[in-house]
Amino acid sequence: MNAWNFQELKETASQTGGPYVHIGLLPKQANIEVFDNNFNNQLVQEQTQGERIRLEGQVFDGLGLPLRDVLIEIWQADANGIYPSQADTQGKSVDPNFLGWGRTGADFQTGFWHFNTIKPGAVPGRNGTRQAPHIALVIFARGINIGLHTRVYFDDEADANAKDPILNGIEWAPRRQTLIAKRIEQDGEIVYRFDIRIQGEDETVFFDI
Amino acid sequence: MSQLILGAYAQRNTDDHPPAYTPGYKTSVLRSPKNALISIAETLTEVTAPQFSGDIFGAKDNDLILNYAKDGLPIGERVIVHGYVRDQFGRPVKNALLEVWQANASGRYRHPNDQFIGAMDPNFGGCGRMLTDANGYYVFRTIKPGPYPWRNRINEWRPAHIHFSLIADGWAQRLISQFYFEGDTLIDSCPILKTIPSEEQRRALIALEDKSNFIESDSRCYRFDITLRGRRATYFENNLT
Repeated sequence: MNAWNFQELKETASQTGGPYVHIGLLPKQANIEVFDNNFNNQLVQEQTQGERIRLEGQVFDGLGLPLRDVLIEIWQADANGIYPSQADTQGKSVDPNFLGWGRTGADFQTGFWHFNTIKPGAVPGRNGTRQAPHIALVIFARGINIGLHTRVYFDDEADANAKDPILNGIEWAPRRQTLIAKRIEQDGEIVYRFDIRIQGEDETVFFDI
Repeated sequence: MSQLILGAYAQRNTDDHPPAYTPGYKTSVLRSPKNALISIAETLTEVTAPQFSGDIFGAKDNDLILNYAKDGLPIGERVIVHGYVRDQFGRPVKNALLEVWQANASGRYRHPNDQFIGAMDPNFGGCGRMLTDANGYYVFRTIKPGPYPWRNRINEWRPAHIHFSLIADGWAQRLISQFYFEGDTLIDSCPILKTIPSEEQRRALIALEDKSNFIESDSRCYRFDITLRGRRATYFENNLT
């Protein structure tokens, strides 16, 4: 090493989660009962504030086939746009009945995944801007060497989406629509459909965050 | 003295990680984006992360030797793994959620899709979890996993390894990887490890034999430290919000 270099550590290198990622992160999906409290895809408790929504979809490979071994996590603000994290600096109290995070695995047969959550409020952007309501999402799976980060926006927030600094930072405007989930009503439930295409036509935008 | 104001996380050095498209690891061919990732300036979304309280954890959550034992102990080499989690600037990462999973001593996973002939162990589950302490320290106990065959090329074998996952202070630090054991000759031929471009970074995934921490007539010990991305401090304009 050159004598004039100061010491800084390198980030530990990523490796794929592999096909059996469920053993460690969703043991119940692998039929393993070890933990009393298991993490899951239910972000809503009885007293959680906000509009209940279901977020669902599939993840497709470069041939258009669904990944049936993919693991998905989401991270989002509460109904007022506050994150349940010490690093949120807005100085407002967060919904005490909201973890803001959930984890799920696609169904081993169909590849469908879903979360039961609430629609997040708008969060401040950089330099006094305002971001449109969104959910951060990351996917891990066999064949994916480093977790792929994306964002879910909502098609009934067209005005806010048009002003969102992250969406507007995507130079190729037609690609922005790959991040917009479609609202439908299904059996009296609000559902947002968000399909992820890893590769090829209509490839979902992935971020280096 | 005024309170420290934190800015963004330092950017991820992509040269220190595997690229998405790595044809030697065949599954990556149809599961890697064709487009370049789009880099964004961080916001509150990227610098925040969930917080887990210690009281959700069971007493044996970090003891893979006992947390699935039914009518006896699992078969295999008893090992303790410990180390520190810190950020790239050397600060300890406190209260991070560390989750691990692995095969048993035969190289067989307790998973519906694993059909390898290696024997299952009715007393071994293969998953555990813990929070790092105020010094960034973690420790867990397990059975050393066996290597196992897989279909990449037909006669491919993984070195013994333990998968791990970290959720720490910022969403930008989210990391899943695998660590290996010092001296395993399969390390040099593994196409998954070879997706990492540099020798130095491949070596950073090898746990080292920690002889003075062996426990006599009981367990051996490996030392493995983990580095996450770190945040810069802000002394002038704060543009994060």
